[in-house]
Amino acid sequence: MASLKKIARRSFLVGSAAILGGVAFGTYKYHQPAPNPLEPGAGKAVLNPFVFLDQSGVTLIAPRAEMGQGVRTSWAALIAEELDVDPNAVNVIHGPAAKAYYNSAMMAEALPGRGYNASDFQHSLGQVVGNFSKFLDLQVTGGSSSMKDGFERMRRAGASARETLKEAAAQKLGVSRALLETKDGHVLAPGGVTLSYAELAVEAAGIAPQEVELRPAAQWKYIGKTVPRIDMVAKVTGTAGFGVDTRIPGMKFAAIKQNPHFGAGMRSFDASAAEAMAGVEQILDLGDAVAVVGSNTWLAQQAVNAITVDWEPASYPQTTEGLFAEIAASFDGSANSTLRDDGDVDDLPEGAEVIEAEYQLPYLAHATMEPMNATALYTGDALEIWAPNQGPTVVQKSAAELAGLETEAVTVHTTYLGGGFGRRIEVDYADRAVQIARQMKGTPVQLTWSREEDMRHDFYRPGAIGRYRAAIKDGKAVMVHGKIAAQSTTQEGAGRMLGLPMSGPDKGHVDAAFNQPLAIPNFRVEGYITKPMIPVGFWRSVAASFNGFFSDSIIDEMAHKAGRDPLEFRLELARAEWEPGAKVLETVRDMSGWSGKTPEGIGRGVAFVYSFGTPVAQVIEVADQDGQIAIKNAWIAADLGTAVDPRNVEAQLFSGLAYGLSAACFGEITFDGGAVQQENFPDYDAIRMPSMPRVEVAVLQEQKHMGGAGEPGTPPAAPALANAIFDLTGTRARRLPLMHDFDLLS
Amino acid sequence: MSKTLRINGKPHQVDLPDDVPLLWVLRDEIGLTGTKFGCGVAACGACTVQVNGEAIRSCQLPLGDVEGDITTIEGLGTPDNMAAIQSAWVEHQVAQCGYCQSGQIMQAASLLAENPTPSDADIDEAMQGNLCRCGTYPRIRAAIHSAAKMMQEA
Repeated sequence: MASLKKIARRSFLVGSAAILGGVAFGTYKYHQPAPNPLEPGAGKAVLNPFVFLDQSGVTLIAPRAEMGQGVRTSWAALIAEELDVDPNAVNVIHGPAAKAYYNSAMMAEALPGRGYNASDFQHSLGQVVGNFSKFLDLQVTGGSSSMKDGFERMRRAGASARETLKEAAAQKLGVSRALLETKDGHVLAPGGVTLSYAELAVEAAGIAPQEVELRPAAQWKYIGKTVPRIDMVAKVTGTAGFGVDTRIPGMKFAAIKQNPHFGAGMRSFDASAAEAMAGVEQILDLGDAVAVVGSNTWLAQQAVNAITVDWEPASYPQTTEGLFAEIAASFDGSANSTLRDDGDVDDLPEGAEVIEAEYQLPYLAHATMEPMNATALYTGDALEIWAPNQGPTVVQKSAAELAGLETEAVTVHTTYLGGGFGRRIEVDYADRAVQIARQMKGTPVQLTWSREEDMRHDFYRPGAIGRYRAAIKDGKAVMVHGKIAAQSTTQEGAGRMLGLPMSGPDKGHVDAAFNQPLAIPNFRVEGYITKPMIPVGFWRSVAASFNGFFSDSIIDEMAHKAGRDPLEFRLELARAEWEPGAKVLETVRDMSGWSGKTPEGIGRGVAFVYSFGTPVAQVIEVADQDGQIAIKNAWIAADLGTAVDPRNVEAQLFSGLAYGLSAACFGEITFDGGAVQQENFPDYDAIRMPSMPRVEVAVLQEQKHMGGAGEPGTPPAAPALANAIFDLTGTRARRLPLMHDFDLLS
Repeated sequence: MSKTLRINGKPHQVDLPDDVPLLWVLRDEIGLTGTKFGCGVAACGACTVQVNGEAIRSCQLPLGDVEGDITTIEGLGTPDNMAAIQSAWVEHQVAQCGYCQSGQIMQAASLLAENPTPSDADIDEAMQGNLCRCGTYPRIRAAIHSAAKMMQEA
């Protein structure tokens, strides 16, 4: 792996970088000179290495966090599409932390505009803005951006590598490159001569990278088809290496206890009981936390539990009620944004009927299956970290600062992630491992948080309030005025990640509220920002996870008040604004056999939310089962424009649904005494096999631009379920989780 | 205490306190990391292994109480020689993040050993203790039915 780090660095300098008898290819060029830490002042083209070749064969580098979304396979497939290799027959690795692996698409999401109606100009502007993110070292996986990011870049990397290999073969054989073809990792020459890519590695290293047009869609072999996931066999045989599976010779195991009051310090601790316990080797003062290092994670955990600590108190409101009072009070201040303001929400036509609704959603934990963990080895002049993380360069930078080292002295190994959902875009778990490693010079230490630590020290989906006023007349929507208040994930989370203060209208805060493709003549959405209190972060679909519920719930309330079929009501609004929105609604209507009527004991709800570039419609069917509500069936339709791997997209969409349903039914983080009250899965449960509905998914590829896959399935789940429960019971859910107000079969 | 465990057909000598759960003996002492830690309170099923063929939560079984033959995911099949149930998981492309799948597979293998043709209701009942935050349940269900069929035909 060390050699790969070198490759990543060195290929900044040269075209096809010759490394250890191999070659690394990269092609994506900037039009502007980039500040290059390795060659200051240079105005050279920056090249990104994604294809590595040596005598042993081809290695593709997919530098995005594999947290279940299949990115390693799909990213490799994009390179393989042009390189003519089988993604399942070559080595695919994550590779090192490097600026070259910045995410070009995530910054593009931050551009003003609703997204769905973006012009080609705005989309190309997105690419330009994307270039800026490299200055921010943003090698991150998030924002449902990986395929948008890699779609052209990775095909270009593959195409250039292929043509360079052909040129190498042409020179070796003394024939024209035009006469050569490529297939299955080989260059084919006239007369039946074949040369493997590996055989050409040394020659290719000396050749300037060749540029070539990308193949047309009609020639694609992998894109749009299903590629078996390259991590699947490892994941069903227990051989995939997650963060907690890191094993380094001489490694010790650690457990941690952190202040349940966020941001507060530690006055003192008493470890006398722990010192004598089995397996304990070191008790470490981390300043604002305490850790035990020992021979076994469980023994270290027992010992850390035996330490009594005097914690400083929290400086924010101590209870859930107090926190929500602060959130509600933010409506009294001025709005941070008014990103949609069509017509005049205060000038209603004569005879319009007004609906007012206030929705409230709780703080939520990510609860990844793999608890937070990281392994670190500090040697005095270098630091090595093994972490399941969504932002290797962010981990690297933070670790370097903590350890007082240059960034280059920190090596980050990104393992498989046992779930991410946005939690692992933070770096606190890696920082904690670094703090421990610094006190254990020369000894690798693996820190694994208990589930209780994990649940009580998250960066939570913010609690949020939506105040809506809407109007209908003659069966039509005439007005929607939404006001949304919550802590800002953009300001707090992105600010933390980038190390920059964020200001100005916060688009992320009102995502899936202001930018819904619905033709409502008077439509205004205001975002109000609550000051930082509880640490908040990116939770699968971010603000769309609450705004989707607000936006769609009010539409459902309007439809019912107007006496209209809720699906037809949405369809009419979508059709008049943006055809792809209408199409997904028509698709779920047809898939579910939606008739607008449900028999006694059955309820159906529909929801429609546009987020991360993808319109998604869901229909959920619930049934009264001996007085309990059972979630029976779900239908999902989404239009991604181009789906790189439709079967994988299908998995992402029902996964997003499950994540959304888990939160809708059972998810809430509450506070007392400034601390999180939930500790483990018994009090923060999720959808399980018996409560998961049967799901049918339609992946459409009709809209012009490429949409995301990982997140857009989540926002419609809660409103679709709440709307179905309304159909069944006549009771409208304006707060979540539903378990407080309904008897759910779980 | 010093004790010899029989894991995946091989003896392993361990020397740890009696109360250390089997999970942490497997992972931190023996180095069999396929069995996962998820919650430590038997609420998620990620640590499921088989003892004498019966699925148990290894986070709740103290070393001192371990009796019998232990099978972990590594003992079920290997990448080059997968068990039918693992092949069914691949066929249905079940895993997403994959962290819970060792436990899911060990639980499902135990179900199939007991009930070669489980109904959907049987699957719900047997699998309800195994949490998957990625929500792979529809494909787990399909893979269990496929595995049942493959094992019937074998």
